[in-house]
Amino acid sequence: MEGNLFTAVLFATVVAGTPLILTALGLLVNERAGVLNLGAEGMMAVGAVAAFATAHHSGSPWLGVLAGLVAGAAMALVFGFLAITLQANQVASGLALAICGVGLAAFVGKPYESLALPAVPPIRLPFIADIPLLGEALYNQQALVYASWALFWAVLYFLYRSRAGLVLRAVGESPAAAHAIGHPVVLIRYLAVAFGGAMAGVGGAFLSVFYTPMWVEGMVAGRGWIALALVVFATWRPLRVMLGAYLFGGVMVSQLFVQGAGLQIDFPSQFLSSLPYLATIVVLVAISRNPATIRLNSPLSLGKPYRPDA
Amino acid sequence: MTTSSLPPTARLALHGIRKVYPGVVANDGIDLAVAPGEIHAVLGENGAGKSTLMKIIYGVTRPSAGEIRWEGQAVTVRDPAHARELGIGMVFQHFSLFETLTVAENVALALPGRPELRELSRRIEEVSARYGLPVDPRRTVHALSVGERQRVEIVRCLLQQPRLLIMDEPTSVLTPQAVEKLFETLRRLAAEGCSILYISHKLDEIRALCHSATVLRGGRVSGHCRPAEETPASMARMMIGKDLPHCEHGPAQGGGEIRLRLAGLSHASDDPYGVDLRDLHLEVRAGEIVGIAGVSGNGQQELLRAISGEERLAEKHPVQICGAEAGRLSAGARRRLGLCFVPEERLGRGAVPALPLVDNGLLTAARGQGLVRAGFLARGKARAFAERCIATFDVRGGGADAAAQSLSGGNLQKFIMGREILQAPKLLVAAQPTWGVDVGAAAFIRQAIIDLRNRGCAVLVISEELDELFEICDRIAVIAQGRLSPPRDIGEASMEEIGLWMSGLWPGAGTSAPNTAGEAAHA
Repeated sequence: MEGNLFTAVLFATVVAGTPLILTALGLLVNERAGVLNLGAEGMMAVGAVAAFATAHHSGSPWLGVLAGLVAGAAMALVFGFLAITLQANQVASGLALAICGVGLAAFVGKPYESLALPAVPPIRLPFIADIPLLGEALYNQQALVYASWALFWAVLYFLYRSRAGLVLRAVGESPAAAHAIGHPVVLIRYLAVAFGGAMAGVGGAFLSVFYTPMWVEGMVAGRGWIALALVVFATWRPLRVMLGAYLFGGVMVSQLFVQGAGLQIDFPSQFLSSLPYLATIVVLVAISRNPATIRLNSPLSLGKPYRPDA
Repeated sequence: MTTSSLPPTARLALHGIRKVYPGVVANDGIDLAVAPGEIHAVLGENGAGKSTLMKIIYGVTRPSAGEIRWEGQAVTVRDPAHARELGIGMVFQHFSLFETLTVAENVALALPGRPELRELSRRIEEVSARYGLPVDPRRTVHALSVGERQRVEIVRCLLQQPRLLIMDEPTSVLTPQAVEKLFETLRRLAAEGCSILYISHKLDEIRALCHSATVLRGGRVSGHCRPAEETPASMARMMIGKDLPHCEHGPAQGGGEIRLRLAGLSHASDDPYGVDLRDLHLEVRAGEIVGIAGVSGNGQQELLRAISGEERLAEKHPVQICGAEAGRLSAGARRRLGLCFVPEERLGRGAVPALPLVDNGLLTAARGQGLVRAGFLARGKARAFAERCIATFDVRGGGADAAAQSLSGGNLQKFIMGREILQAPKLLVAAQPTWGVDVGAAAFIRQAIIDLRNRGCAVLVISEELDELFEICDRIAVIAQGRLSPPRDIGEASMEEIGLWMSGLWPGAGTSAPNTAGEAAHA
């Protein structure tokens, strides 16, 4: 019985963490190029509704994910045009994108309100899914969960092992210097922003097609903001983003189990609901407080517009 | 053109280059030609158009009119990547390195293709050994000294096997010995056929190194010459259009009261890459100028902060200003004791970039000049003070309402120096008082410092420019690895000796020097 509970909590934790990982890793790449896009919440919402509508009409959840990806990237490119080409203030443009995206998703999603999709069966990995306790939780999951792990390794490899990642980090540190040695700063920033938007769109698609296969207005429920905060508190490092996302998911799920168990504890439920936020921030701040490592990992020109003079 | 007709095979030839920015003509009808293997100086004051011209050659910006010929072919340099493809390399004055990356990664970023880092590290070591530019490819750039960073920039350029190397004020951060070493490298490169464009305002260096020179003034070519056949005075005349002002430097009065005393100043730096100050002793008296020489990054910043009050000390007595123990006082309290202070960074420390000069004047002069009445700003007086700084120190660009960041570096420096000097301080501490300022203005600032001394002020100047220190100081000391040498009367000191001391090797310097004397070992 205890083993089942453990497996159930772990399973739910991984599921709850996945949309955060997808979105936050995209934002991490985005921000490592020096562009701060606060519109994650809006991009997730638009991704979610686009994915739901496509999956609903086509019957294919995978076309839905693709639609979410494209919709998120399209939203991000609108932001990119404002923030990179027109050099508008990134904070203001990002906030506008967040608000606009949430509203747009609600508007487009009206006809789909309270419709549901057939649940997508999980993919059970052979052999390792039979590992006691862990197997059922980790290796009998949705395909996008496995995709989020692959994304983690891909981002890690890209940032620290590939030349393109090196160029991206250089652009985020000093766009002027990167331009001076001949790298296309504007193009790289556009690509990074589009990638961030695409991943946020996939994060949204995971919510509306796999996690709870239905469309409800406001179903993103602040996850875009949490993903943004995760990236900062994880000091722009992929492993810490993963850790933070699962920590958040874990505490979220555990407190739901505790509340659901109806234990007679004299404890305000609001406090329990705020626990995931508190715990994530406290832990990430505690492990990321060495000023030297922060300096080495944070993109120095984050949020500063740059355009090479003609 | 004053030179004889150039060989048809000029590696780079510019004809009638013109660049117009809104409101300013930065370059106008510039002709320039560099032959293979030639070291060609581009000489000019701040704002003469040197940097704009180099940006045009390196493709950072496009000319409004004119023609660039590369190896005889007319080209349009689209961007820096294209310039490098052509074989043009540039070492920037403000380095274009990425602090959070390693040396090898920095180099890899500038090379075409996808160099493998291990193989690249080997090539870096090879080139650095060949040209006497020691760098460790595995180190992260932010931990390197300024001199080491410059070597990284040069090595990075050399790995691209350039046929034209542009050097923008390369010696401002080097010891005299390191400068000599750099010149050897450049001469060897030139002998191998590489052309070099050498931008500088240091006339002695140009005479020692360059084969020919193009002089710019006000965006136009004001002359060509062969530096070896000229005197510094004749080149300066071409550069500023009149004779170089000469500093009047009377003998020190001496015997004045002690205005600044460092009594065993030790301070551990907060910055993991900073320098710890170790047991500094120094006295500066009224009516004398004491200079502190040294290669940047040897504790100058930490010393300045400890004196100015930006960094408070644990104890009171190590810093004494005008007789008061000031170690625990704030910067404002120290200014009330009669200290005026010119920091090294003009924007951010010396001035608030976005504020107009009037407000920047208020920031340090409010109290002493009575620009504040009962907590309210006396706008009229503040404006009059700012205008007095502008008029006295010939600050050009926009007047009192111009934002500090809109001024060129040299003009802002003149304003900041003016702001502090016009407050008639008892003690003036100035870091790099003429950094990036052209010869004419630099001579003016130096004269103003000397005049201030003659009026009985005590002056401490921290500078990397030995020429400058030898010109204005009465006594000179050297800072190296956070230690301070004993001061020497300027009459008894020689450039060579002080240069050697800058490596930490003064008599009785102790035995700790070798491990940290990076510049010394390399120089």
